[in-house]
Amino acid sequence: MPGLDKVVSSYEEALDGLEDNMTVVAGGFGLCGIPENLIKEIKRKGTRGLTIASNNCGTDQHGLGLLLEDRQIAKIIASYVGENKRFEEQMMKGELEVVLTPQGTLAEKMRAGGAGIPAFYTATGYGTPVGEGKEVRVFNGRHYILEEAIQGDFSIAKAWKADRYGNLVFRKTARNFNPMAVTAGKIAVVEVEEIVAVGELDPDEIHLPGIYVNRLIQGTFEKTIEQRTVRG
Amino acid sequence: MALSREQLAQRAAQEFRDGYYVNLGIGIPTLAANYIPDGMEVMLQSENGLLGMGPFPTEDEVDPDLINAGKQTVTMAKGAALFNSAESFAMIRGGHVDLTILGAFEVDCQGNIASYMIPGKLIKGMGGAMDLVAGADNILVVMTHASKHGESKLLKECTLPLTGKGCIKRVLTDLALMDIEDGKFILRERAPGVSVDDIVSLTAGDVVVPEDVKEMSL
Repeated sequence: MPGLDKVVSSYEEALDGLEDNMTVVAGGFGLCGIPENLIKEIKRKGTRGLTIASNNCGTDQHGLGLLLEDRQIAKIIASYVGENKRFEEQMMKGELEVVLTPQGTLAEKMRAGGAGIPAFYTATGYGTPVGEGKEVRVFNGRHYILEEAIQGDFSIAKAWKADRYGNLVFRKTARNFNPMAVTAGKIAVVEVEEIVAVGELDPDEIHLPGIYVNRLIQGTFEKTIEQRTVRG
Repeated sequence: MALSREQLAQRAAQEFRDGYYVNLGIGIPTLAANYIPDGMEVMLQSENGLLGMGPFPTEDEVDPDLINAGKQTVTMAKGAALFNSAESFAMIRGGHVDLTILGAFEVDCQGNIASYMIPGKLIKGMGGAMDLVAGADNILVVMTHASKHGESKLLKECTLPLTGKGCIKRVLTDLALMDIEDGKFILRERAPGVSVDDIVSLTAGDVVVPEDVKEMSL
């Protein structure tokens, strides 16, 4: 019996049960902190018709952009998608449905999805195309729109370190959407740079408790930089 | 003369106050960080999860796990804090950020802003802009006053899809600094060498010109 040990032995096992037309919630901001090996495994599996919730959709060469090569994504819920020619083509042809969602609303939708909150009111998007067709309520004289939570059949995320129970520690701005993405998936799969023995992490330093994590795998990462800016 | 990008950043930086937490949009707003006066403490918020953004890294300091909201590699300032995206937008939506500076395509005298979408052209998305304009009380929009073809971007009513409704109170352009009050632009400052008449003729929305319109000091 594995008990509370979440570690799986292969990427194939990590995504076992992922089927066509499922919804996947993914962590990452640009190419920072993306679950790059889990994305490659989805490409290898050839799962199609996917709905993806992620802040961005990678680039032509990296991240979720790889899943556009074989048209594996049917719908994407994202806040910013501008770095990708293939994305543009598929969107223009109507092969890819895009639901543009404000970044804070997207983060909150994932958080709500993981926290058992079906929907929430926010001022973000009121009076804009985002608010069209959504319920409006006034609180203290201000208009708010109702936004529904996001839940995934799977979530894929990347953390820096974990213990075998799936307690997670993230690193710098690679944390971004990852903690919320993990909580929003029915089966939460996390890849990390290092897995340590249970008891090695200080309980005070754990960013996300292992209760949210179903499968854990250690990988090696390219960590591609999108905009390398340096001072002289 | 219309203000250069650097001069726009310089004037925008005059909105900083000691002890402010500030979110700067991509482009000219980001340049404003170069003009924080000596001795003033300002903490820069980057909505991907960093409070206390520092300068670009040296070649040796480059870290793929440390970027800003424009996906550029950055460093952390002394006293920085890191957090997740929901926490980051709790700061923004909860009204905890003291000043937001961002760009726009159009602003109108009702305080509406359009900054993310030109129908028929490629739509890249709003990123965090809708959250920023809805969440902040103190917003400075920085933009050019007119298009390359001389069409005003300070309108009676925005023509493009909105990023936010009734949320903008102050606009800085390459020609002028304007407040928005009661459905009108109020001319507060003019760029050096730019006449009030030029500004009024290039502003499509209603403009009020007070007695004393001072020249910007840069």
